[in-house]
Amino acid sequence: MDDNFKVIENYLMVRMPEEVDHHKSVYISKTADEYIMQEGVGNVVFDFEKTRFMDSSGIGIIIGRYKKISYFGGKVFAINTDMRIRRTLMICGLHKVIEIME
Amino acid sequence: MQTGHKTIVKNEMELAFDAISVNESFARVAVAAFVAPLNPTMEEISDIKTAVSEAVTNAIIHGYDGEFLQENQTEGTDRVYLHCRIEEDVLQVEVRDTGKGIEDIEQAMEPLFTTKPEMDRSGMGFAFMEAFMDDLEVISEPGCGTVVLMKKKLGVTPWIGEEE
Repeated sequence: MDDNFKVIENYLMVRMPEEVDHHKSVYISKTADEYIMQEGVGNVVFDFEKTRFMDSSGIGIIIGRYKKISYFGGKVFAINTDMRIRRTLMICGLHKVIEIME
Repeated sequence: MQTGHKTIVKNEMELAFDAISVNESFARVAVAAFVAPLNPTMEEISDIKTAVSEAVTNAIIHGYDGEFLQENQTEGTDRVYLHCRIEEDVLQVEVRDTGKGIEDIEQAMEPLFTTKPEMDRSGMGFAFMEAFMDDLEVISEPGCGTVVLMKKKLGVTPWIGEEE
């Protein structure tokens, strides 16, 4: 049981690690998908409070989950994003499809 | 007496490491430490780390198809070569692999284009390198590996209050 993943009502909360790169992203995507399928959650919240580094692998995690849940009308949120994370998300235009909060 | 970064005129380093994903963070931290004497801003360090991470990740997962290589796996001699050079206030980073190469470089560099969508790759690697560095050059041929050359001028972002 990984306490970085938590289901609250219809939301899967994912606490992102300090560094989000390809090495970490494989596990995060896989585990998030298990929760989405098994618990049938509708929405996903990525919490970036601890995150100090993210490359395009983080974008891949978000887009991949978005594709899965948006099909059923679910929403993706990115919370506790610092300026750097917001900039990275916005370069990819993700602010148009997910909710980004400070 | 000049301050910090002006005293280093030229500095160079080379690294070779196994093409496994755990080395992505090693590579970007190594480059960040290498440029530290130039007194880069937090923003500049962040830009460099992201670009290095993108290039090294590409070498590992695309150059060598190394997704399933684990740290404890002993076989395989796939290596990623990192060459950094500082000249005055310009950092040059070269990331080289001897993997499968790129068939269509122009297409590979298009934002959102990826050959591995099933692996959740966003197709933004080269776009990030372009966005975060000043100059990007990709040299590759199928079967002959890939060289990614990036340059960034440091100290461009002025210190707060410097203009007064």
